[in-house]
Amino acid sequence: MATYLEFIQQNEDRDGVRFSWNVWPSSRLEATRMVVPLACLLTPLKERPDLPPVQYEPVLCSRPTCKAVLNPLCQVDYRAKLWACNFCFQRNQFPPAYGGISEVNQPAELMPQFSTIEYMIQRGAQSPLIFLYVVDTCLEEDDLQALKESLQMSLSLLPPDALVGLITFGRMVQVHELSCEGISKSYVFRGTKDLTAKQIQDMLGLTKPAVPMQQARPAQPQEHPFVSSRFLQPLHKIDMNLTDLLGELQRDPWPVTQGKRPLRSTGVALSIAVGLLEGTFPNTGARIMLFTGGPPTQGPGMVVGDELKIPIRSWHDIEKDNARFMKKATKHYEMLANRTAANGHCIDIYACALDQTGLLEMKCCANLTGGYMVMGDSFNTSLFKQTFQRIFTKDFNGDFRMAFGATLDVKTSRELKIAGAIGPCVSLNVKGPCVSENELGVGGTSQWKICGLDPTSTLGIYFEVVNQHNAPIPQGGRGAIQFVTHYQHSSTQRRIRVTTIARNWADAQTQLRHIEAAFDQEAAAVLMARLGVFRAESEEGPDVLRWLDRQLIRLCQKFGQYNKEDPASFRLSDSFSLYPQFMFHLRRSPFLQVFNNSPDESSYYRHHFARQDLTQSLIMIQPILYSYSFHGPPEPVLLDSSSILADRILLMDTFFQIVIYLGETIAQWRKAGYQDMPEYENFRHLLQAPLDDAQEILQARFPMPRYINTEHGGSQARFLLSKVNPSQTHNNLYAWGQETGAPILTDDVSLQVFMDHLKKLAVSSAC
Amino acid sequence: MSQQGYVATPPYSQPQPGIGLSPPHYGHYGDPSHTASPTGMTKPAGPLGATATGAILPPGPPPPGPHQFGQNGAHAAGHPPQRFSGPPPVNNVASSYAPYQSSAQSSYPNSMSTSSVTQLGSQLSAMQINSYGNSSGMAPPSQGPPGPLSATSFQTPPRPPQPSILQPGSQVLPPPPTTLNGPGASPLPPSMYRPDGPARPPPPNAQYQPPPLPGQTLGAGYPPQQANSGPQMAGAQLSYPGGFPGGPAQMAGPPQPQKKLDPDSIPSPIQVIENDRASRGGQVYATNTRGQIPPLVTTDCIIQDQGICFQLSNTLTPFNNTPLYLVNHGESGPVRCNRCKAYMCPFMQFTEGGRRYQCGFCNCVNDVPPFYFQHLDHIGRRLDHYEKPELSLGSYEYVATLDYCRKNKPPNPPAFIFMIDVSYSNIKNGLVKLICEELKTVLEKLPKEEQEETSAIRVGFITYNKVLHFFNVKSNLAQPQMMVVTDVGEVFVPLLDGFLVNYQESQSVIHNLLDQIPDIFADSNENETVFAPVIQAGMEALKAADCPGKLFIFHSSLPTAEAPGKLKNRDDKKLVNTDKEKILFQPQTNVYDSLAKDCVAHGCSVTLFLFPSQYVDVASLGLVPQLTGGTLYKYSNFQMHLDSQQFLNDLRNDIEKKIGFDAIMRVRTSTGFRATDFFGGIWMNTSTDVEMAAIDSDKAVTVEFKHDDRLSEDTGALIQCAVLYTTISGQRRLRIHNLGLNCSSQLADLYKSCETDALINFFAKSAFKAILHQPLKVIREILVNQTAHMLACYRKNCASPSAASQLILPDSMKVLPVYMNCLLKNCVLLSRPEISTDERAFQRQLVMTMGVADSQLFFYPQLLPIHTLDVKSTTLPAAVRCSESRLSEGGIFLLANGLHMFLWLGVSSPPELIQGIFNVPSFAHINTDMTLLPEVGNPYSQQLRMIMGIIQQKRPYSMKLTIVKQREQPEMVFRQFLVEDKGLYGGSSYVDFLCCVHKEICQLLN
Repeated sequence: MATYLEFIQQNEDRDGVRFSWNVWPSSRLEATRMVVPLACLLTPLKERPDLPPVQYEPVLCSRPTCKAVLNPLCQVDYRAKLWACNFCFQRNQFPPAYGGISEVNQPAELMPQFSTIEYMIQRGAQSPLIFLYVVDTCLEEDDLQALKESLQMSLSLLPPDALVGLITFGRMVQVHELSCEGISKSYVFRGTKDLTAKQIQDMLGLTKPAVPMQQARPAQPQEHPFVSSRFLQPLHKIDMNLTDLLGELQRDPWPVTQGKRPLRSTGVALSIAVGLLEGTFPNTGARIMLFTGGPPTQGPGMVVGDELKIPIRSWHDIEKDNARFMKKATKHYEMLANRTAANGHCIDIYACALDQTGLLEMKCCANLTGGYMVMGDSFNTSLFKQTFQRIFTKDFNGDFRMAFGATLDVKTSRELKIAGAIGPCVSLNVKGPCVSENELGVGGTSQWKICGLDPTSTLGIYFEVVNQHNAPIPQGGRGAIQFVTHYQHSSTQRRIRVTTIARNWADAQTQLRHIEAAFDQEAAAVLMARLGVFRAESEEGPDVLRWLDRQLIRLCQKFGQYNKEDPASFRLSDSFSLYPQFMFHLRRSPFLQVFNNSPDESSYYRHHFARQDLTQSLIMIQPILYSYSFHGPPEPVLLDSSSILADRILLMDTFFQIVIYLGETIAQWRKAGYQDMPEYENFRHLLQAPLDDAQEILQARFPMPRYINTEHGGSQARFLLSKVNPSQTHNNLYAWGQETGAPILTDDVSLQVFMDHLKKLAVSSAC
Repeated sequence: MSQQGYVATPPYSQPQPGIGLSPPHYGHYGDPSHTASPTGMTKPAGPLGATATGAILPPGPPPPGPHQFGQNGAHAAGHPPQRFSGPPPVNNVASSYAPYQSSAQSSYPNSMSTSSVTQLGSQLSAMQINSYGNSSGMAPPSQGPPGPLSATSFQTPPRPPQPSILQPGSQVLPPPPTTLNGPGASPLPPSMYRPDGPARPPPPNAQYQPPPLPGQTLGAGYPPQQANSGPQMAGAQLSYPGGFPGGPAQMAGPPQPQKKLDPDSIPSPIQVIENDRASRGGQVYATNTRGQIPPLVTTDCIIQDQGICFQLSNTLTPFNNTPLYLVNHGESGPVRCNRCKAYMCPFMQFTEGGRRYQCGFCNCVNDVPPFYFQHLDHIGRRLDHYEKPELSLGSYEYVATLDYCRKNKPPNPPAFIFMIDVSYSNIKNGLVKLICEELKTVLEKLPKEEQEETSAIRVGFITYNKVLHFFNVKSNLAQPQMMVVTDVGEVFVPLLDGFLVNYQESQSVIHNLLDQIPDIFADSNENETVFAPVIQAGMEALKAADCPGKLFIFHSSLPTAEAPGKLKNRDDKKLVNTDKEKILFQPQTNVYDSLAKDCVAHGCSVTLFLFPSQYVDVASLGLVPQLTGGTLYKYSNFQMHLDSQQFLNDLRNDIEKKIGFDAIMRVRTSTGFRATDFFGGIWMNTSTDVEMAAIDSDKAVTVEFKHDDRLSEDTGALIQCAVLYTTISGQRRLRIHNLGLNCSSQLADLYKSCETDALINFFAKSAFKAILHQPLKVIREILVNQTAHMLACYRKNCASPSAASQLILPDSMKVLPVYMNCLLKNCVLLSRPEISTDERAFQRQLVMTMGVADSQLFFYPQLLPIHTLDVKSTTLPAAVRCSESRLSEGGIFLLANGLHMFLWLGVSSPPELIQGIFNVPSFAHINTDMTLLPEVGNPYSQQLRMIMGIIQQKRPYSMKLTIVKQREQPEMVFRQFLVEDKGLYGGSSYVDFLCCVHKEICQLLN
């Protein structure tokens, strides 16, 4: 299997693609019996330092319904200067520029190592990046101060030609004009009144009357976009102004009486931000960055009233259909999100408050547009400050690690159809011959729009094998999929990245072993998890769990080796062995369990789960646990209560949290101050080691995880205890009181129990 | 005179056959409540119908004629005896009848039949003319004045043989008789009056003497009253100093046939003004039962008492500049009558040793609150009578308690918000810059309480074109912040903190802002403006700040931008002189009406400075300023070098003016009559509470009173006007004015005490109000008819017999015709397409809030011969009549009407004067393109400028000076103000009008 693991890794490194199955069942019927769908995780902009973009445009198949890009899988007739499309078999003439090609003089896109290639498009006006800050002023003084500083800092990170804008909101919404000398000018809107895009543009004076435009200055069309957008100005022009303006931002001055929440017009503020960009810079890369410190309390999109005595909705309220504003607010934000997506802009939400801020309602703004969602307790925390700063990190070329307005076009060979995608995207509703009628995730299209993406943004894309059983594919036949991603690079160029992959077909009846061996259980677990989470957004939690369980049982039935009705005989091959464990942890994860999570937290977790790449997603499903001890170098250990030992230090990474846990003995030693004694320097090193490792993770991770440093008996130890497999609980007495491990006070079933049940059900002929 | 007939009856509104008008809105003339009133104004089919048919038909039920006849007959027969006979109900009516008797028998007898008071109550309405008869019937014999000679009959009637006891201090002046025809014109020696008025101290001729102090405001007649009492009413009249030389000449005029009237023989306003000024001091109405009751200082009143029908219109200027005594009862608040809620005043009669008091208004007996108890002296007066302003003074103030405040919270100090139109034209012509520059200095002079160091008034700034810009000028800002509100459909206040600031604290930020405003919009080419949202914004800002205040709006164009209150140009000259003409005076949309209502409800007064270059629909734009007690200023075709001085003066005056906010006025009366209608910058939600967003020292409210029962001569008629308002420092105060009036059953007394200036003020206001609902033609007719009726009634009831062709005017009303003619010639009432619609709407609005003094000057301008100036004296030259015939080629005349000032230069003006005034060698060198006279160090120049200063002083509007050379084009404009002449756009000359009125009178009498 090592070969397959290598193959998978190699493919991921080169193409940013992980398939659930790397050998494909050749018939529809067989494919459905595989339980886990044929699907892949695609990281469209996976960082490829070794892949410089080519400076020309791709050659497209001339068939209007195909338009696939010339790729290494195409058959080329060098003499006739013809190439055959490997998707539609159309024969195409090479363009004149390719006149000189031959077997020895191939363009890059024909070379096998360029299965992924990036084209740079020179055509078209380049428009600068746009950053529109939407800032809540209903904050505590120190919070606002911290936020102002972060925003001022961010100005220094932006490219000087970027256009920036500022909208602040509280009870009113203010759109600041940034180019004013001597007086700061802003347009003010009522926070309670929903406005159409047209109204907003009229009120901001963005719609110039036609007459003066015609006669006034026909000579300067170039100036037009800048004239019409006083609110978005090149940073280098207004750097000082904006810094001062941010510095002078005051808390919302309207009085808030005792027992009331401040009136916060988030809904209108976002609406204006969206309308502003819509009117001035449609279809160019733009980020709306919403910074909010509490729930919207008035106007369209309000999530909770201003009476403090009425708490913001909980899962309990939602289940009881008791969340008054939720549906209406969600509708408002969905409308905004869809408009934003249609314009190719993205919305980030930075919500920092101790209570909920309405992420549940607003989540679609980030989810549908590829924006970020960051949740913290306060803007005055390193969690927010560093996370925010990290948005502006640059890659090895000195470019921002963000791209805008991407369109992902998927083409398949005729044995396959596209069932859907799950990720930070919206459908472009492009029907075509390769679009399946069965939808998984966002389906019914072969193209999606991803308004904001970064090198880790990952989509799950689901396929359907449509080849009929009675039409076998010739031996050695390969299925092909091409991913074409048009996007605006952060350097403002338009680029196209094309990834073309092919996999072997195999007859599941005769070559099941091949298929089984080519199973990528990690990818499969994440892809299934995405399906589960996607369902959980619209279905009841228990239904989703039941569906997941059934899929797992069916998979075990299909690929396990067992004797009927004999659980003890049940075995899974190596390529499947970890899969049930992933499912076990997935069932307990906050993505599917809402217990103990607020609706906002659930939305937050799900948001990140739907966009991170495979490695990060796996960490989210099954956190990683490292153990540090005097017995040897740090080692990964089972995420199990048995790993919690007195003389160990544990480092757990759940993606959202980094927990360092000192075992009982270690904690006592530290308390006794051994680490300060020169003769116990090794203890000091031991204590330091996990801190260093944690720091490393913290530095790299986006968003920055919550960092928890605790010890045996500490209250924060709950973060660890809630994640480990409760193999020892107060219920299973056989482990109680044993030396090793720590019992967990829980009624949750342990992995062992789970597996026992799974085996029993898998071997049962009943289902 | 009978108010009922002329003033109160509903000629404009009643469904009379002759006129056929219905609109009920013309309140004074007949709002529904009046029509229902039992005093019988309701079915007046009689009087007007009668006039219309030219008839003297007996409308009413003719009760016993014979008896009547008897009376009349008696009169006719024995005039002399009557004179001495005591009580009989005979009077001069008879005398006037006598000549007509034969022809008029059938009608007049009827009228006499109703002479019994009791009957009359119900029938009054039917017989307006008759009512005069009735009242006269009641009149004591004194009425039939000795009629010394038939020749002098006209002049004598007004004089009662003996001064009424009721008016110890008041004198009816013994003016020269005014007659038109015949023997009456023969000069009467003043001494003639002496026997008649033995009690009167000043010999009549004394009154012809030049007054001691020109321009002095305080009438000498007020000695008993506190200093605070007088200035207001004295203002207008006293500004005409100097004896009038023409007076005697007038009397001397020989009898002339009616057709060839000598202008000098007809009553001269100038003359009357002189007399009036002199008599003013005596016009104290007091009821002797209450001893010394101060007259209401600011009130000019007319009381007409017929024993049954009493009517009075009363012009109040509750806010003159005089500081009043302040009464503070602390927590317990003012002492008020339990029943009618009248405030403690000199009319309260203390009884039972001071433990109780009887309310003078409703007669309710109240307990004196313990804290207020005081023993009485031997004449039943409290021992502290002279220590308490509310017991001894006519006007005083109370500190109001929390009960008198909105939401029971003490009010916040008011705020001024300056709202500047920064559309293209205003930027272009430099107006915005001018305003901003001026604000920097004028804000230093915000009104403040005398004891305060700085003003408590906060200021805010808004600029606008088709969107609104609010400014944050908080003191801690390095630079102002501008907040644009574009949602003009639903305007709101974008900021709270920092919008309204203390000027002193935020001075540097404000100056920074004012410096920048012209630059910020320098490149704007926005032409469209909004208007209603601007007011709305200001009002919302005041509402949000929870304080009353005043908006200063500087606006220049028709608000055509898409927003509430958007207006279109509807200046349709074709409507002029049609029944639809009234539309031009109505606001285009009802947005402004409801906006005004909101403004009043939140104590937001709007003052509007208009700079129109074309039609801006003043009728619509001016509505809110009018209804909120603000002022409307209009500078048509504003030109920086010509008009800025006038505008800046107006702005300064308006800002510094004494003002009270968020006022509610209540007028309480003693039983027998009540206030029925109010005119002015007011809003009425109920029929009794007069709400005013603000009231300043130049605003007057005219109140109309009507009888609803019989008044007693013993108790008189008492009026208490209470204004609850917020001071400029945010104190809640009650200003109380008390007025006691005599009641008389004698018509002649009535005519005697009538004040024509106030009457014209009232007529003008009621007619201008009626314009909104009536064709102008009808209104003009009614005014003429009313004039004729009043005079005819006098003639019939008060004057001694004379030839039918004689025009006899009551002494107190002898200028009524000329003033009435001026009113009729005012451009508001002149339906001529040549006159700008906006100008008419503007003048209409001005008059609606004018005080008596202002309206007098407005309708009859002051014309001073400057060439007669005596540089050694400080007195003003004697005014001359407003007629071209008074001008002379060798003269220089100064004309002022309160809005405009002209310096007219005859072609052969004395060169030394020209040199002195203009510092140029000759007439030809004078540049007429100036609005200020050069400051020449020459006595002529100094004197003239001082005179202009005096004239300007106290006028609410700054008058723009125009230099007019004789026989040059601009003279046409000047001529319009020579109101005794035939008008440029129509309007009869004084003489013609007099003839016309005379004819009407004759017709009535026949």
